Amino acid sequence: MDKIIITVVGKDRVGIIAKVCIYLSENNINILDISQTIVSGYFNMIVIADMTACEKSYETVDDELAALGRDMGLVITAQREGIFTAMHRI
Amino acid sequence: MIDLHEILETNKMISHDLLDVRTITMGISLLDCIDSDPDRLCKKIYNKIVRCAGRLVETGEIISHNYGIPIVNKRVSVTPISLVGAVACRTTEDFVNIAKTLDRAAEKVGINFIGGYSALVSKGMTPAERLLIESIPQALAQTNIVCSSVNVGSTRTGIDMDAVRLMGTIIKKTAELTRDRDSLGCAKLVVFCNAPDDNPFMAGAFHGVTEGDTVINVGVSGPGVVRSAIANVKGESFEVLCETVKRTAFKVTRVGQLVAKEASAMLGVPFGIVDLSLAPTPAVGDSVADILEEMGLEQVGAPGTTAALAILNDQVKKGGVMASSYVGGLSGAFIPVSEDRGMINAAEKGVLTLEKLEAMTCVCSVGLDMIAIPGDTPDTTISGIIADEAAIGMINQKTTAVRVIPVIGKKVGDKAEFGGLLGWAPIMPVNKASCADFVSRGGRIPAPIHSFKN
Repeated sequence: MDKIIITVVGKDRVGIIAKVCIYLSENNINILDISQTIVSGYFNMIVIADMTACEKSYETVDDELAALGRDMGLVITAQREGIFTAMHRI
Repeated sequence: MIDLHEILETNKMISHDLLDVRTITMGISLLDCIDSDPDRLCKKIYNKIVRCAGRLVETGEIISHNYGIPIVNKRVSVTPISLVGAVACRTTEDFVNIAKTLDRAAEKVGINFIGGYSALVSKGMTPAERLLIESIPQALAQTNIVCSSVNVGSTRTGIDMDAVRLMGTIIKKTAELTRDRDSLGCAKLVVFCNAPDDNPFMAGAFHGVTEGDTVINVGVSGPGVVRSAIANVKGESFEVLCETVKRTAFKVTRVGQLVAKEASAMLGVPFGIVDLSLAPTPAVGDSVADILEEMGLEQVGAPGTTAALAILNDQVKKGGVMASSYVGGLSGAFIPVSEDRGMINAAEKGVLTLEKLEAMTCVCSVGLDMIAIPGDTPDTTISGIIADEAAIGMINQKTTAVRVIPVIGKKVGDKAEFGGLLGWAPIMPVNKASCADFVSRGGRIPAPIHSFKN
């Protein structure tokens, strides 16, 4: 499995989850887990997804998500899971 | 599955605490470039560096993108040029031409420093090594990103005092030739004792002759992450303090190991080592001095500073060793004055002195680093400073180094501006008593008794 972690941070508004999910679905990226909270008006979402079936590279997905985020005034980053497992799993 | 808390912790380290991978350094052996014709030698050197490191910068950027971790520098270290140029070079100009070739190759591949304009003379100098050392001032003045280092001693061999004496003069000459840029040349010149073959950090990186043809070494950093972790255990016992530093160092080093493995696979170059040094930058929050102050010192330089640094250095090593399959280089905490805002503040106030820094080098990972001193400091006094540091390294079986910058035309109270990662520094006072007769004796200091282990 080729997992990525997508982090979305910014001011809350209608349709954030919808837009991110549409992008993921259009690119064959399967969502495994979503958690989301609002902290003092700020939207925080973390999506764990599998991009095995996605034909685009990590860099492209990261760039496109970042651009999607900019359109909505959000910061969206995509990172490969490796950095988290390296740091938190022995 | 990775949980939310872990993801947030990692991302906070990157965005708030300035966690980064400080450098991916590719070591390249130039031994197979050796030629008796200086022009052919330069051509071969240029071609080999461009061929091996052509994709280094691009690879670093892809890894940075994939994992969301900044990789600040991509660099190259090469075989000590005194060996590579020994057959071809008859004059200092011949060596300077190699330096210019390194500069051009480095610019071509887009890296920000290239190290290895070096000579390893811990027991004595060959004519080629002496020639290379004599060419250093010109080489550093005529190039932009070439770094130079000279190893003048080791625990096994003792200290070559002829080289120590010579280096005092070379440092002053380098300062003179780059006086229009606050003697910047000296910021790219390190004098070592017990220099490691696999150090990825500049200015002291070179690709040792014990290494393979090419290798990937990674230097991780993250003083901000350690400071922030310590801030959470204010007032707790030393046991808790040490455990906190160790855990944090483990996490930071794991990132380095990941990046090193990935870069090695993508470039098809063997993975060498991870160097788990806490390397500060002039940015706010990216300071080793801040860590020591967070431990409970009013300001770095206060009594207790050496003990605090000893704890930090040791715990960083303990945490890091388990996190990586191969740990090497310098590994510990760097204390460069001009690159660390906390050190600069303490030096400006006079709380941090050259003598205290010397004591700190007994327990930190390297030595007297990026210290600006008055431009009229005599050559022999600089040699004396080098001899002191080399003695500390030789006796304590550790790497020590001297990177002092006698800023020509400036005196105590002035400032030297080096720019970028090199930062700026207040000119620090140097003890005025002379050591000229001592350092000018000639010959070498014998190896210490504990070097006889056979």
